[in-house]
Amino acid sequence: MDPIEESKSQVLKGRDERRKLTIPIQTPTDKDRLVHAYHPDYKKDEYHPIRLGPNAGERTVREVAELLESDSSISADLDLTPQYCVDVLVVGGGGAGATAALTAKSQGANVLLVTKLRMGDSNTVMAQGGMQVAITADDSPVTHFYDTLRGGHHKNDPNLLKVLVDEGPMAAQWLIGLGVLFDRDESGNLKTKKGGGSTKPRLLTCSDYTGLEIMRVLKDEVLNRQIPILEFSPVVELLTDPDGRCTGAVLKNIDNGQLIVVEAKSVILATGGSGRLHIEGFPTSNHYGATGDALVLAYRVGAKLAHADTFQYHPTGSVFPEQLAGALVTEGIRSDGGHLVNLNGKRFVNELDTRDVVAAAIIRECAQGRGVKTPAGRVGVWLDVPMIDLLLGEGSITKRFPAMVRQFERYGIDIRKEPVLIYPTLHYQNGGVAIDVHGQSQVEGLFVAGEASGGLHGRNRLMGNSLLDLIVFGKRAGTAAAKRAKSGPAGKLTLSHVTRFRKELEKNGIKPTRVAPIILPDYVRHEEIAHAATVKQ
Amino acid sequence: MSEPMSESTIGAHGKTITVEIMGRPYAVPEGLTMLRAMWYTGHEVVRGAGCLGGFCGACAATYRTKDDVRLRNALACQTLVEDGMSFYLNFSYYPNRKAVYDLDTISDPKQELFKIYPEASLCRNCNACTEACPQGIDVRDGVWKAVFGDFAKVSEMFMDCVMCGQCIPVCIADIAPNHVALYASRAQGARLTAPPQNLALRVTEIQSGKYAAEWTRILSMNEEELKIAAQPSK
Repeated sequence: MDPIEESKSQVLKGRDERRKLTIPIQTPTDKDRLVHAYHPDYKKDEYHPIRLGPNAGERTVREVAELLESDSSISADLDLTPQYCVDVLVVGGGGAGATAALTAKSQGANVLLVTKLRMGDSNTVMAQGGMQVAITADDSPVTHFYDTLRGGHHKNDPNLLKVLVDEGPMAAQWLIGLGVLFDRDESGNLKTKKGGGSTKPRLLTCSDYTGLEIMRVLKDEVLNRQIPILEFSPVVELLTDPDGRCTGAVLKNIDNGQLIVVEAKSVILATGGSGRLHIEGFPTSNHYGATGDALVLAYRVGAKLAHADTFQYHPTGSVFPEQLAGALVTEGIRSDGGHLVNLNGKRFVNELDTRDVVAAAIIRECAQGRGVKTPAGRVGVWLDVPMIDLLLGEGSITKRFPAMVRQFERYGIDIRKEPVLIYPTLHYQNGGVAIDVHGQSQVEGLFVAGEASGGLHGRNRLMGNSLLDLIVFGKRAGTAAAKRAKSGPAGKLTLSHVTRFRKELEKNGIKPTRVAPIILPDYVRHEEIAHAATVKQ
Repeated sequence: MSEPMSESTIGAHGKTITVEIMGRPYAVPEGLTMLRAMWYTGHEVVRGAGCLGGFCGACAATYRTKDDVRLRNALACQTLVEDGMSFYLNFSYYPNRKAVYDLDTISDPKQELFKIYPEASLCRNCNACTEACPQGIDVRDGVWKAVFGDFAKVSEMFMDCVMCGQCIPVCIADIAPNHVALYASRAQGARLTAPPQNLALRVTEIQSGKYAAEWTRILSMNEEELKIAAQPSK
């Protein structure tokens, strides 16, 4: 028998035995040992020193270090006559950007939202697992706080974290008021599911389309509020006044290449994460534009980064079929009882341990020869999806995971019948631009919200906290940015920080290897194209 | 050391097939998605790619397979090319009207549908929208259900909708079915479903200061003290 099929049959056969097995959540000491040995965050030779700027002396992955030392695409003598003058410029069309824009607008600010792709094209739209909000009787914001703190290896900024958990229920109420349809139980209460690393069930879900549902509604509301949007207009450089405050941005219309200058009293960066940098060569679950733009833009104007050396490798990225390599398999599968099973048909980790621990355990299994090889040469372990129908009743998978059923069906795989092969995929930027509780970075006038920001999640984000982060801190940043805009006139527009940054590069003997923001990854094959064997008749 | 990602060849295996991209034939390996076939053949893709995970609807494409007369729609990031296939990315951009409304001030959400999208009730049952949907939603039935006020059912049926808009240009009654459904779904959530009690209770507790003293205590702790406090109680 084909070795994959043979291993698969072990998965099916061993279910009863595996169900009897209880694998405890790892102790902090064991956790530490495991992640140090196998988690990509601890691979020392992938890490480079940051040689200039506010985080000089720290280390981060090569891809991010190169980004921080990259050159601006803008010439210092660019004509800075603004085409747009607004109170609040929101950069990014995902969940955080939409929330920030709606909030700033509701406070009376004149808002412009600009985004690299289309409004709504984001990681938000792909979030399947749910949003953590502590609402059940035996749960509390304090329990949510402690769960998150443990998940983040105690490195979370406690003040940010308190805001997240304490304002979570209000954030959920706001979304429901906009028409988001979270799953309900028979009595009309919100249904909750348990996520990895959490001691209580507190995930609110819209089947496995939670992010899509939230983003659809937020985008529609941005349109209803008639907030002007410029799509395909990424920020390529920020603007500062002579005292270093952020006063606007230069955009690029990527349809025609022309630059657009925006004067803004407050700027909110909500540009998301950096999966498309393919850190340490990992495939990613991220959207096309996730190139870490906020990191480089904010760093150049002098904002400090927090935890910019830690990334989340989601334990269950698909490795087969090859076309889905890197695509996410929602954690909801494990929440509902799906087992992780190695080549020999054995479980090897508590499936609901924190993501870094589960990812490290999968990498360990594969490194020690207990992984399953795919025909394309990838390696992974099984995620026993059909278990869910056995545990929760026939039809549960179809009802709870319609998006995933559809995704695999396209390749002839019926996840109601067959387990799937998975391996960790680059999923989330745990850190980002350091912010305070108002979403303000260390640079006056520059606010950051969502995945682009750093400090909240510590060194490992707990499942379901990202959607909540977008809403809570999107609102916070929108409020603070609108307030600041009311406090005085617009500042002067200069590129003095670019000149200063270039001098610093030179002083440190650094020759930038790239120009950034990168905007879009280069996936175009540049080799000579073979001519088609047949010509159109 | 990490390798640059060869996204354009992911999935490629052995056999070479011929596909037509916007009318031009190319030889590509079997196993590529439409989007990867475009990268493979040297196309820069700006408009026409988004989440790359089948959720955002940016990469809607129209295609025809060999020996079939029918044009079909698909998401280019999720669909494999096959020998003899001809396709183009249609960019999912339609300058359709999206009604502007304020959910908070609408008095009767079901009646309001006829004000904001009056064309919704003019469906002529041609079923083209359902045929056009790459997500397999029974769009036509959804429009009728919206018109008859079954907003709850509409919201369930359209949970899979990625708003790619493929149902819009095919409609002979000038309906934008996805927007009709989104209105119905939002109204269902915001206005026609009772707010959840468990959430309201927690919000009241927080606003009445139930946790205030505990937060003061927690936020005065240092990292070590927090570490101890965070240990799960057995």
